[in-house]
Amino acid sequence: MSNKVTKDRMGMIIREEDAPEKMEVEATEVSAPAEKDSPVLIYYNWCKKCGICVAFCPTGCLGRRSDGSPYVQAPEKCIHCETCDRLCPDFAITGAKEK
Amino acid sequence: MANIPQKIVHQYLRHDKKFPHVWCAGCSNGIILGAVIRAIASMNLNRDDIVMVSGIGCSSRMPVYIDVDTLHTLHGRAIAFATGIKLHKPHMKVIVVTGDGDCTAIGGNHLIHAARRNIDLSVILVNNNIYGMTGGQCSPTTPHAAISTTSPYGNIEPDFNICNLALGAGASFVARTTAFHVTEMQNYIQASLEHPGFSLIEVISACPVIYGRLNKKGGAPQMMTEFRDNSVPLTAVEKLPKEQVEGKIVRGILRKDIRPEYTAEYAALQAYAQKLGGESDGKEL
Repeated sequence: MSNKVTKDRMGMIIREEDAPEKMEVEATEVSAPAEKDSPVLIYYNWCKKCGICVAFCPTGCLGRRSDGSPYVQAPEKCIHCETCDRLCPDFAITGAKEK
Repeated sequence: MANIPQKIVHQYLRHDKKFPHVWCAGCSNGIILGAVIRAIASMNLNRDDIVMVSGIGCSSRMPVYIDVDTLHTLHGRAIAFATGIKLHKPHMKVIVVTGDGDCTAIGGNHLIHAARRNIDLSVILVNNNIYGMTGGQCSPTTPHAAISTTSPYGNIEPDFNICNLALGAGASFVARTTAFHVTEMQNYIQASLEHPGFSLIEVISACPVIYGRLNKKGGAPQMMTEFRDNSVPLTAVEKLPKEQVEGKIVRGILRKDIRPEYTAEYAALQAYAQKLGGESDGKEL
């Protein structure tokens, strides 16, 4: 915790750790290295492990780890329906690769 | 900007804000924000022509994350602020995002009068049946016998039917959907943005952490499954036997009609008064 205090143009106090450049999400882990070609990309830094994508995946492409986070268990089953993409409340999964 | 592939939703997010967002795991607000962004993106609207206004509450945190012109206002007064914006800039698309407590309890008066005036706002009412942000108090839409922190033995009041309220107040576009039916929600939001007049979309949403936990509804997937199984489209209501429809959520566009819009009427009145040069002939209306 740093004690450095700055004020923005409205006079509001900004603590150093809340400055916008400190808010950036660190380099995101995209699935596992071997799954780079998988049709579904998951950003674990944004995921809150609610389980909606796994519950509503129509083909069983996604599976759930013991800590609740999703992973691509069968990449060949993906039909690019984007259900996980649309139902994810955290914008943390994309169901199909961009063309 | 965070190191993520740029899908259409991510292009409309404010990446200088802290992500992951503040909502609880499984909260439907993120799904609804995604549907709003997809509706805006599919209409190819200019970002400078959209304003998103909100009051206070969990759902009213949405304007913080979307990169259009936004306004985060007082509790319950989102529609009042939006009315001012629309009157000053009639060409702008004004989206109001409010919660059930924000819009029907504290701001109930603004809702019915905006509906009566038929001013061109798109109100997206996120109905999670409880005051989630302040700790789970009973809201006007908490169902009868449901448990909240201010009704630990079950709610004794009947709940509000928001769509019927808007229909009675004279809204010209009223629709209801759930957070599970994302594509339908996106289509309704798009239709409401195209509709000239007051439009209200009630989105039944899941609050798994407070409402779901107090009422033993299970987690977010279970609540979403319940929306899928316990809702019927409006077109099927007449064909199904009565016992299959009773107690279920009716989804669909409940009303869509065209009647004089407030800002257009106001502009016509202004032009007429200017033509008179300040002198009244007593025939303005």
